[in-house]
Amino acid sequence: MNKPALADGALTPTDWTSPAMVARIRQRYAREARFKAMGLVALVISALFLAFLLYSIAGNGLTGFQSTEIRLNVAFKPEALGITAADLAGPDAEDRLRQADYGLIGGDALIARFPEVTDPGDQMDLEELLSPGTAAYLRETLVDNPALLGKSITLWVPAATDVDMLNKGQIDADLPALERGISDRMLGYYRQLKADGDIRTSFNTRFFTAADSRDPELAAIWGATMGSLLTLFVTLLISFPVGVLAAVYLEEYAPKNRLTDFIEVNINNLAAVPSIIFGLLGLAVFLGTFGMQRSAPVVGGLTLALMTLPTIVIASRVAIKAVPPSIRDAARGIGASPLQVVFHHVVPLALPGIMTGTIIGMARALGETAPLLMIGMRAFVVDVPASLTDPATVLPVQVFLWSDSVERGFVEKTSAAIIVLMVFLLMMNALAIYLRQKFERRW
Amino acid sequence: MYNPTEATMTVQDTGAIKMTARNVNVFYGDKHAIKDVSIDVRADEVTAFIGPSGCGKSTFLRCLNRMNDTVASARVTGEMRLDGQDIYDRQMDVVQLRARVGMVFQKPNPFPKSIYENIAYGPRIHGLARSRAELDEIVATSLKKAGLWDEVKDRLNDSGTALSGGQQQRLCIARAIAVNPEVILMDEPCSALDPIATAKIEELIEELRGRYAIVIVTHNMQQAARVSQKTAFFHLGDLVEYGPTSEIFTNPKKEKTKDYITGRYG
Amino acid sequence: MATTHTVKSFDDDLRQLRSYISQMGGLAEAQIMGAIEALASRNPEMAMRIVTGDRAIDHLEMEAERHIIQTIARRQPLADDLREVISALKIAALIERIGDYAKNIAKRATALAQVSPIQPVVIVPEMGKLVARMVKDVLDAYASRDAELARTVWSRDKHVDDFYASLFRALLTYMMENPQQITPSTHVLFIAKNLERIGDHATNIAEIVHFNVTGEYMEPDRPKGDETAFSVHGMESDED
Repeated sequence: MNKPALADGALTPTDWTSPAMVARIRQRYAREARFKAMGLVALVISALFLAFLLYSIAGNGLTGFQSTEIRLNVAFKPEALGITAADLAGPDAEDRLRQADYGLIGGDALIARFPEVTDPGDQMDLEELLSPGTAAYLRETLVDNPALLGKSITLWVPAATDVDMLNKGQIDADLPALERGISDRMLGYYRQLKADGDIRTSFNTRFFTAADSRDPELAAIWGATMGSLLTLFVTLLISFPVGVLAAVYLEEYAPKNRLTDFIEVNINNLAAVPSIIFGLLGLAVFLGTFGMQRSAPVVGGLTLALMTLPTIVIASRVAIKAVPPSIRDAARGIGASPLQVVFHHVVPLALPGIMTGTIIGMARALGETAPLLMIGMRAFVVDVPASLTDPATVLPVQVFLWSDSVERGFVEKTSAAIIVLMVFLLMMNALAIYLRQKFERRW
Repeated sequence: MYNPTEATMTVQDTGAIKMTARNVNVFYGDKHAIKDVSIDVRADEVTAFIGPSGCGKSTFLRCLNRMNDTVASARVTGEMRLDGQDIYDRQMDVVQLRARVGMVFQKPNPFPKSIYENIAYGPRIHGLARSRAELDEIVATSLKKAGLWDEVKDRLNDSGTALSGGQQQRLCIARAIAVNPEVILMDEPCSALDPIATAKIEELIEELRGRYAIVIVTHNMQQAARVSQKTAFFHLGDLVEYGPTSEIFTNPKKEKTKDYITGRYG
Repeated sequence: MATTHTVKSFDDDLRQLRSYISQMGGLAEAQIMGAIEALASRNPEMAMRIVTGDRAIDHLEMEAERHIIQTIARRQPLADDLREVISALKIAALIERIGDYAKNIAKRATALAQVSPIQPVVIVPEMGKLVARMVKDVLDAYASRDAELARTVWSRDKHVDDFYASLFRALLTYMMENPQQITPSTHVLFIAKNLERIGDHATNIAEIVHFNVTGEYMEPDRPKGDETAFSVHGMESDED
């Protein structure tokens, strides 16, 4: 086909090498390069922030996974424990062992370790080297092995916070006594023990097996972790089925009218509502109206479910919308009923997306603090919760509580708890990515 | 119960009218998509619907098995019958209707499942097979009828989406056949395929003719001329001309039909 | 043709096709007239020019056929386009045959020029003009897509047949009376038969033109004809 415009000579051939054109090209390249550089700078800045965050948390928190212990030659003297050999023979031997007074034998062992200290006041100072948890530790040792009664054994017992921090270098021994918060005499004892090899640092297993404590060296994360798991369990149980069914109904069944538009707008708004509002709602509804128990994971879970629901509904609707209409047509075309279309085809195909959305919603719920503060999950809980109605706290609230504590020993615990929390979040996100990769279908 | 020979038995009533439409109007909201269309679909023939885009031929096709039901704003008036039974009657179960009037779509749309599962799904939801062996039989027969058996018999567990476009479309036809329909509607079944795959589908249509009443919508007039016995020309929702394909493509009665067929449209 | 094709070059193809047919038609008409002229004027050189002139028609027919095959392959014509193309193919073949008859007449004219003129030959040019006129009209009908004109040409074949019949009788009588003139008389008889065949071909073209324009075959009851095999049964007319 001939092109009249060219035949007329109306268009002169473009000179692609003219100076103006060359300048244009240079300008274009410069613009591209500038944009690229800006993007790179933005990336570097955010990476630096992240690196700083990780560094500061890891720097503070990694020592939180370690504890300082003192080696003692403990004598389980029945007279000091307040029990007799005869008690062991009885049917309630274990109870007797538990009820015995372990407060003295740890101190006694330390006093025996330092025979030169004779002044009772000094001896009390000496006992301060040991953690208040020593008694409980000794009790567990003897309950586990009653044969030790009346015998002596060399044990590593937990050291007091000050010793712990001194050992980890968190207290500067060169400062004046008043500033460093530990007396010269105690520093002397510490140095003597250290010199004799009677002080060691070991992995803090207690941190992952126990609950909270007033004493930093005894404070542990497992209670809060369990609280988080129980709470998330309830959240998942409620929000996943409700969210998915709501999404399926809205996408596949609901007529498109004002009412459903209104509902859709409200779901989107709900997702943007500050979480503390959900806390107030939980407080008013679950605690106020239904009179449920404060601090219970079930209430926390219900509250977080309210908060997560919009996220899951939105993510599920997007996933359902992404299933090509041709699949619905195909199923309908061979006579599948609407229910069969949805549950044989649409939902299975949307499931990876739904699960990804759910996990991300769960991760958000895991990191949520504010609404749980409102319903009293900020309680000081020394026992690991075992059921949905036990008083419990959750990881982020634990972080909040510890960061609020005055004791310096809680600084590393706070960071350690943050590390645990982040590991959980990373695991959940990794699971989300894995599911998406594994089940994503292409058509 | 599924009986492969039953399908071939229906050939006996040669010339029988399978579906009828009388004064059918379709509205999408305010849009009058189909205007007073009356047509007969014969059991032993391939009927082709041709016409420019947006002329309503696909809309009309989708009315034949009520696929338009899912479009909330669509409204159908007039009368449509399958073997004399009003398909828009309240008595008519739409799920059963779609099993009897199967459909093949423009874009091959196998389920993202195995080839076997693709075919077995329909018979399974309609309870056409009582045992695994019977289901296997249905799958094999359907694939054979669709001319796909030799190509896929060794990989029935492979994903249906892993097949080539033409194979996918034949899989979709096999899937429609598997529920033993009486009518097969095809909505531009070759528009996404290359000429060889298209030829295979056309050959398949030719083979299926007689066993099933076939209605095909196509943009390709040569294809309509090749595969059909009757051709209907739609224009802006009107059925302009309907008659034997041999007439429509050599000597159309209406100027509009002629202009469209010879490429003078618009 | 109300409108043009969306693909303009298709129109060009069809125009080219018609141009081939009218060129061939023009040539054939001139050949007939030339052959008759050569016969009447007893001009053997002129007759030889006609004989060699037939090659041009043959050549054009070949060109037209090639063009038609190309068009079918590239455009896949349908409906009236299809009829148009197929008609052109058939008409081209018929015109080529007409050319052959004209050539044959010219050949016989050279033979007749060698011998003394015979009396019945005088009505041959009259018949030739009538036939040439039919060929011209039917090709006009083709060019103007005029089914009515085609129909009148078709009915005029009766006159040609009548001409032939009377000439046939005249020649028979003449041969009986002048047995020594049988050779030239036979030539004249064949010339008359050739003209009659040209007339038949013109009628065939008229039928093709009619089908091309209307899409309907002509009714088989032609006033007089030996071409009944050409008509086809059972196409009822749906004309409003």
